[in-house]
Amino acid sequence: MEPFKNFTGLVAPLDRSNVDTDQIIPKQFLKAVVRSGLARGLFYDWRQRADGQFVLQQPRFQKSTILVARANFGCGSSREHAVWALQDYGFRALIAPSFADIFKNNCLKNGLLTVVLEPEEIDAIFEAIKRHEGYKLTINLTEQIVFDDLGWKARFEIDEFPKKCLLEGLDDISLTLAHEAEIAAFENNHPIPYRI
Amino acid sequence: MAGQTLFEKIWNSHVVFEAPGQPSLLYIDLHLIHEVTSPQAFEGLLKAGRKVRCPARTFATMDHNVPTTDRSLPITDPDSKLQIEMLRENCERFGIKLFDLGSPEQGIVHVIGPELGLTQPGMTIVCGDSHTATHGALAALAFGIGTSEVEHVLATQCLWQAKPKTMEIRVEGELGLGVSAKDLILGIIGRISTDGGTGHVIEYRGSTISRLSMEERMTVCNMTIEGGARAGMIAADQKTIDYLRGRRFVPTGAEFERLADYWLSLQSDRDATFDRSMTFDAASFAPQVTWGTNPGMVADVKGKVPDPASFQDPTQRRAAELALTYMALEPGTPFEEIKVDRVFIGSCTNSRLSDLKAAAEIVRGRKVAPNVRAMVVPGSQLVKNEAEALGLDKIFTEAGFEWREAGCSMCLGMNPDILQPGERCASTSNRNFEGRQGAGGRTHLVSPMMAAAAAIAGHFVDVREWAK
Repeated sequence: MEPFKNFTGLVAPLDRSNVDTDQIIPKQFLKAVVRSGLARGLFYDWRQRADGQFVLQQPRFQKSTILVARANFGCGSSREHAVWALQDYGFRALIAPSFADIFKNNCLKNGLLTVVLEPEEIDAIFEAIKRHEGYKLTINLTEQIVFDDLGWKARFEIDEFPKKCLLEGLDDISLTLAHEAEIAAFENNHPIPYRI
Repeated sequence: MAGQTLFEKIWNSHVVFEAPGQPSLLYIDLHLIHEVTSPQAFEGLLKAGRKVRCPARTFATMDHNVPTTDRSLPITDPDSKLQIEMLRENCERFGIKLFDLGSPEQGIVHVIGPELGLTQPGMTIVCGDSHTATHGALAALAFGIGTSEVEHVLATQCLWQAKPKTMEIRVEGELGLGVSAKDLILGIIGRISTDGGTGHVIEYRGSTISRLSMEERMTVCNMTIEGGARAGMIAADQKTIDYLRGRRFVPTGAEFERLADYWLSLQSDRDATFDRSMTFDAASFAPQVTWGTNPGMVADVKGKVPDPASFQDPTQRRAAELALTYMALEPGTPFEEIKVDRVFIGSCTNSRLSDLKAAAEIVRGRKVAPNVRAMVVPGSQLVKNEAEALGLDKIFTEAGFEWREAGCSMCLGMNPDILQPGERCASTSNRNFEGRQGAGGRTHLVSPMMAAAAAIAGHFVDVREWAK
């Protein structure tokens, strides 16, 4: 995957908790057999129903690269298509008070940064977006900070390993294959349990 | 040494490599794949020129997008057909055993795993599907993964995993008549909320859990992910052993006896500690109906649609308002007055023989209400055949239910079985998310008995009054 670069981007607000992956990308787009071109399915039903009023349809949020939402973002189905769709649209980071486990893993495997902040800090971002058209945030993964150019700043936690993988754009599989000897040794003691 | 939990025992016995400050490299005993979340994984392998490391530990079936109508007819949806053909091709190319559409063993991946004895206690099991948690009912550590991880397991038979925390959910006492395992797990999710288990593996314990049948335990573990935890598990006991004996992929004879002893040893030690513990009284659970757009928005059938104003937390209040708008429900409406248009009995949560039996007991000798379209979709072709041998198909069809071929069907509506916009459905599936069963469709999650009763009455009813 591509290494994660620190960046400054326009922030789109999605003021909902428990945004499930069925909303992020509905089932009809899961029939794709490639990872690309899924932005057309992103929040498809919400876009259809909102009649031009859904956040990503509003002119002021066009070309946003950061999405901020409420707790438990990405819950439900394990579909990685949700991550591919968000990235295909142009998102490079998501900010929420919490993310669902499988979704978070999927994001990190694809280089989409999930930033966890305190609910009060999330409130502050929603407020700032309301007050300032074109509100941008800068995300510095190296320093683990998010800040705007008005003086607001928050620190976030991330485990060392995913941080390293993101910053260096490491390919998980190559990393694992470097442990061939250990895997082979494990397999020697654990024969295949099935007779076909 | 301090006692270990069931989870820790399985975890520790599968660590291939570990180092401070990074996730552990975990060996995966069983990898289940299906047509929807695997194509991009195989594409990745092919692009990188990699092989499947251990094809004998990978099994495939087709379930998510398959039609549940006559299997002798061609699949008309070209996209579904392509995914199915790609799975066939990939399995052939990489030497993976496939339970194809025409196979008598085809079915929902989480139904056939245990049914064929692929799922065994002490194993690590993954699948590109969040309901992989189901297999934990057989004392396995089983969790859902994304497609990148599917590719990783295919290539290496391992996964990098950060060690989750442990959570104990104890349930003690007897469930009331008409209160099922589905009501138990829906009730638990209602109490811990949809993210109550995030970052944890849950072990279900206590006298209520011990009393559950294996299939009921699968229902409980299945919906663990709806409470935010990736894996739910239940220790092996004599029921587990009896369930597995004689199944197709389970060893026989002395080997089985040796395994059974090992499986029974897979228990949390008496002095094991969990990061979190909670206890519930079985008698406090009633038949459940969801009213909102996530499984945590659930209440007792005797209750009423809640008023969003009753939620203190502003985020929860807003979520409830949005949910009631989507569901077209008025606060204060008794659940028993809510009419349904559709009824779906099926899914990896509730499509096993015991589920169909329980629903058939309610349906026997009755008729589906006019204006209700009701459907039963067995979880596997084996379940379908067993049910037909018992005459359950006749009970359902005579009452006016459709009797279908096995698949995920209307749980997620990837095949032609979908709700039309505005239709309201009593469903035995696991997710009531907006549009889950079809854009604009309104899903209420219930048990098989509750779904059957709703089909007959045309609205939700307290099935306890029918079960007497």
